[in-house]
Amino acid sequence: MPARIPNAGLTRRDLLKRTGGLAAIAAFAAACGGNTGRPADSGGGGGSKVNLTQWYHQYGETGTKEAALKYAKAYTDSNVAVQWVPGDYGAKLASGLLSSSAPDVFESQLNIAMVKSNQVVPLDDILGDAKDDFNPNDLKTNTIDGKLYGIKMIDDPQVFYYRKSLFEKAGIKPPETVDDLIAAAKELTTDKVKGLFLGNFTGAGGVNISVAGPSLWSSGGAYLTEDNKPGFNNERAAQAFSKLRELNQSNSLLLGAPADWADPGAFVQGLCAIQWTGLWAMPGIQKALGDDFGVFAYPKLDAQGKPALPSGGWSEFVSAKSANVDAAKAFVKALWVDNQESQEDWNLNYGFHIPPRKSLAAKATKLQTGVAAEVVKLNQDYGVVDLPAWTPTMNTAFNDMLTNVMRKGADPAAEIAKADKTVTTELSRLFG
Amino acid sequence: MSSGSATKAAKAPGRGKVAAGSKKRKPGGSGIHGNTFWFWVFVGPFVIGMLVFAYLPILWSLVLSFFEAQNTVTPSNFVGLQNYIDMLTDRNFLSSLGTFSIFALFIVPLTFALSLALALLVNQVKIARAFFRSVFFLPTACSYVVASLIWKLSVFNGVRFGLANTVLGWFGVDQIAWLSSIDPPWYWVPLVTVRLWLQLGFYMILFIAGLQRISPTLYEAAYVDGARPGWQIFRYITLPQLRATSVAVLLLNLIAAYQAFDEFYNLIGNANYARPPLVYLYSISLGSIQDLGRGSAGALILAVIIMVLTLLQNRIFGFGKAND
Repeated sequence: MPARIPNAGLTRRDLLKRTGGLAAIAAFAAACGGNTGRPADSGGGGGSKVNLTQWYHQYGETGTKEAALKYAKAYTDSNVAVQWVPGDYGAKLASGLLSSSAPDVFESQLNIAMVKSNQVVPLDDILGDAKDDFNPNDLKTNTIDGKLYGIKMIDDPQVFYYRKSLFEKAGIKPPETVDDLIAAAKELTTDKVKGLFLGNFTGAGGVNISVAGPSLWSSGGAYLTEDNKPGFNNERAAQAFSKLRELNQSNSLLLGAPADWADPGAFVQGLCAIQWTGLWAMPGIQKALGDDFGVFAYPKLDAQGKPALPSGGWSEFVSAKSANVDAAKAFVKALWVDNQESQEDWNLNYGFHIPPRKSLAAKATKLQTGVAAEVVKLNQDYGVVDLPAWTPTMNTAFNDMLTNVMRKGADPAAEIAKADKTVTTELSRLFG
Repeated sequence: MSSGSATKAAKAPGRGKVAAGSKKRKPGGSGIHGNTFWFWVFVGPFVIGMLVFAYLPILWSLVLSFFEAQNTVTPSNFVGLQNYIDMLTDRNFLSSLGTFSIFALFIVPLTFALSLALALLVNQVKIARAFFRSVFFLPTACSYVVASLIWKLSVFNGVRFGLANTVLGWFGVDQIAWLSSIDPPWYWVPLVTVRLWLQLGFYMILFIAGLQRISPTLYEAAYVDGARPGWQIFRYITLPQLRATSVAVLLLNLIAAYQAFDEFYNLIGNANYARPPLVYLYSISLGSIQDLGRGSAGALILAVIIMVLTLLQNRIFGFGKAND
């Protein structure tokens, strides 16, 4: 076939000109675009009020986003635009904080790198008399060198949820030691249901093994000692990590579930008999399973150990880059210090969280009965709060170590030594 | 075909004349000035785009790689080559290079062989040619992210109602945690198949184009000389004639494998058992660690490796030679 020359009144030159022009316009348009998520500066209606942006990670529970928008709208001293960030929140926040479109107010967990690189401002002055009303642990986890950088919004303990009916059928009790846990997981595994779900061990935000901390703490170890040295380079920690290897090899772990461990999906769909997840998931579980479930902490390694669970959560911070630091601080004070009604709503009406304010926690009736009360009690007895000195670099090294031991069968002592080296280097960089 | 090229050759001088004539007729923008002006109108935006979005970041990345740059892009603490030393002794980075090598070992020959086979088959089809070409080419239009999510959530879902596990279940095989299982490393199955599904069509089209350039006279001559259709014709006529296409496909494939990110990131995430270099570099520089100094050093090391390998491959296969 002879090649056809495009005709229709267009010469090749014309065609090139037109398409080239279009492409040039497209390139310009692309370069000029950019939705920073901020409210327009010159938009009417706001008067002389300043504009603030507030970032949240994507909470899984229904109604949370609407609630966040509602709080922002109710605040009248500034115009607050809420950004609800899906996906890898940690990464997006970290790069967002470097750019000019950084949020003024954001939720996160404090780590010392944020302070060293001047990303956050101290918030001691907005706390005032309310300081005594905050749980001391929630202040501790947000304090570096005596300065408070974050206001705790919610406390999120994580525990094992188990199906009571399946336990009764198999004639077993909630595990007291890690060995009991391994035995129970094996016992409860059938061709339809796996014994235990600890997570899929995949994920864009880094593969944090859900029970990494608890397994270490259950042996009596810690991420860092009081004087900021690695607290996991010992024989008992190696033993604790070997138990996770044993669990991994027991063919009783659920892997590749549609939703990861932070979501109760696998548990309520009956894919597993025991699942590790947070207190936040309890309303969903209650709705699906009624009272056919119970909770227990990560069991102690042996008689010398103790049960453990992470008492995590989210805190609100003010970006040091904000053009309106004072207005941002005023907003944080209004929402997370003064406005107890919103705090109560946020903590109890969607997922369950323990309010960091003692006065609110005391009157949180939803957490005072049944299984929720058990979690609160476990949290008081065994909860371990986040350490601000434990940076993402250290956490990655620790989880890599654990992945190698648990999932690849590497020698615990050798892997611990490698993680120890990374953590020590990082510590000396941070503390000299 | 030959008549087609003859027609083209006959028309070419005429077109040249028209073009020259139209140039003379234009009142404004004639001569060198006009040309330069239009050159910059068309090329300028792209040059600016390249400078701002490609070269400047590369340059800045070079600067960052000599500084301690955690949580900042305007660092002040010069550390010399320390970031490079850190990266070259970082076992995670080295193992990510290993991951890539394994991936390339699977994907490059597989893509090559399968896309060539597909091209041969589709090229032989007598009816509905356009249909078959489009059908195999269509997945190329699908985004890596979308395909990865379909693979992860439905096809290679780890629970018993995932598609792959359902099929295995019919044969009484136990469910497999495709993406989480390290021993045996089942995760390679979704990783390799998703890329094959997405890429095969594209390379198939390249091969079809190559096949159609082979002159039928060569085949006729081979038949006359007694070559048997099938393997002999393929081995001594088709394959040597496809040399230029094959080299291009291999090269593109290898570079694409080095740039693997989307499906790894979306299927596995930042897990240290299947983490190609880009995912690792992304996690240390743009993830929650935000160490842009080390990340930049790693990116430049990777760039050098890709450059050296491409040059080597060029040496062995030779783009220039392919034109003979």
